[in-house]
Amino acid sequence: MTKTKMAIHSATKFYETRSGSTHALDNVSLDVREGEFLCILGPSGCGKSTLLWSMAGLHALSGGEVKLGSETITQPHPEIAMIFQDANLLPWRNLAKNIALPFELKRKPPDQARIDSLLERVNLKGFENKFPRELSGGMQQRASIVRSLAVDPSVLLMDEPFGALDAFTRDEMNLLIQEIWMETRKTIVFVTHSISEAIFLADRVVVMSARPGRIASIYDIDIPRPRPVDIQTKPDFIARVLEIKGSIDHGRGAAAGLAIT
Amino acid sequence: MDKALGNKIPEFNKKPGGAGGSGLAGLSSFGSGDHRSKLEIVVIILVAVVIIGGSEILLRLFNVPQYIIPKPTQIVTALFTEWHFLWPHIVITLYELLTGFFIGGSIGFILAAVITQFPFVEKVVTPYILLLVTTPMLALVPLLILRFGFGSEPRIIAVALASGPMVMINAATGFRRVDLAKIALARSFGASTLQIFTKIRIPMAMPMIIVGLMVGSIFGLLTAIGAEMVGGAEGLGNRLTYYSALIRMPQFFAIIFLLATIGISIYIFFFWLGKKWASWEA
Repeated sequence: MTKTKMAIHSATKFYETRSGSTHALDNVSLDVREGEFLCILGPSGCGKSTLLWSMAGLHALSGGEVKLGSETITQPHPEIAMIFQDANLLPWRNLAKNIALPFELKRKPPDQARIDSLLERVNLKGFENKFPRELSGGMQQRASIVRSLAVDPSVLLMDEPFGALDAFTRDEMNLLIQEIWMETRKTIVFVTHSISEAIFLADRVVVMSARPGRIASIYDIDIPRPRPVDIQTKPDFIARVLEIKGSIDHGRGAAAGLAIT
Repeated sequence: MDKALGNKIPEFNKKPGGAGGSGLAGLSSFGSGDHRSKLEIVVIILVAVVIIGGSEILLRLFNVPQYIIPKPTQIVTALFTEWHFLWPHIVITLYELLTGFFIGGSIGFILAAVITQFPFVEKVVTPYILLLVTTPMLALVPLLILRFGFGSEPRIIAVALASGPMVMINAATGFRRVDLAKIALARSFGASTLQIFTKIRIPMAMPMIIVGLMVGSIFGLLTAIGAEMVGGAEGLGNRLTYYSALIRMPQFFAIIFLLATIGISIYIFFFWLGKKWASWEA
């Protein structure tokens, strides 16, 4: 197969809290292949966000390591960009200044040509002077995608980016991210708690179980691309959803917190 | 259909204006409205004309003596004829206010920024800051005068002591509102601790910082005037005692008018600053 982009070796994480320590990740090992779209799926509290934040270098692990190529990730890396829940735009900056933030932090002039073409690509041209509060949730998240892609990272980590959006906008965003992935072939690790979103987007779906967070199973999704939105109503697709749901139910009784849609 | 809602587009993710409690909107009556309409301005001016004109007429009608309440025309006349006597005192009061506020405000701001990074220190220091906020610093002025004399120093110190804790307590509230996701965002793009402070923490605290500066400077003005009334021979506060002792009421009211103008100017300045730097919240 293709070569490994990021490797996680027996990642373990405890959160020390006042009420004692929480075991968030237990011995998680995973290889992310170069240029692959990987979805991490699991109920809330399964440690999927913890895993992603560790991959971004935002969290220290209690044990194990994360590698990008030959480098060990202990702090944020310029090749890795993160896309957060709820867009996470700075409300006191307009769109253009929000997108310029990564360049500002790296003390580099913004790559205006690249930013403009990305804005064009996600249909946000002409909104540069708008403030986040003036934009819809979908537009905000598109802006945050532009912000992350503007610095041209090779890995995109997405932490439930469309979780707060309505179903229609979510479909739209899933299509957009699929197109962007097909055009740029970046390595994307996408965390979600929606089974169908994971299957729709991913080359591989990694299912995690909770308390402590472990990898329960990995599914290869060989549906040809581009995948249209209505594929989610096809029997083959639904069979895959039910298969994954079944495996989760089998593992933990009731699949509370996991949505089929 | 509700008439007020009739031409409002339902907006995503928007809190109702002014209901936030904290921030500028909570403090300023201007906060909720976008722009004052022409009609509002005309009515406000009209009310002023009615009050001033009405009092002029009533005072003339009932023949109220000048030493009880002077007529508005007398106040305006006094303002112009005494201007060259009043001018140096305005400068002194403003000098005391600005110097004291600058010293107190900077210390308050820096303390707030540093202390909020250390929860334990913050918990220990806060009660003492509260003590400084709630104790009228005017009470210290006689003591300060004993130590520093009748010049500007004791008043500058009093202004700094009155405004600093106000700035600090509000700025600290602002700095305490950390949004971990925004800090993580900056970190993920390789931000240093200093960059997180200047690009995330300060802008996020800005609405509360401006509220603190506004309240602090008004407190400072109050303290400056009070301190001038306690002792010394200069400043608008001193002039108030001076003219009231001589029962020169038109001059007395002219100074009140000047003080109101300074106060309103401070308010307008910070309101403008808020619009400029913190409008994203209100």
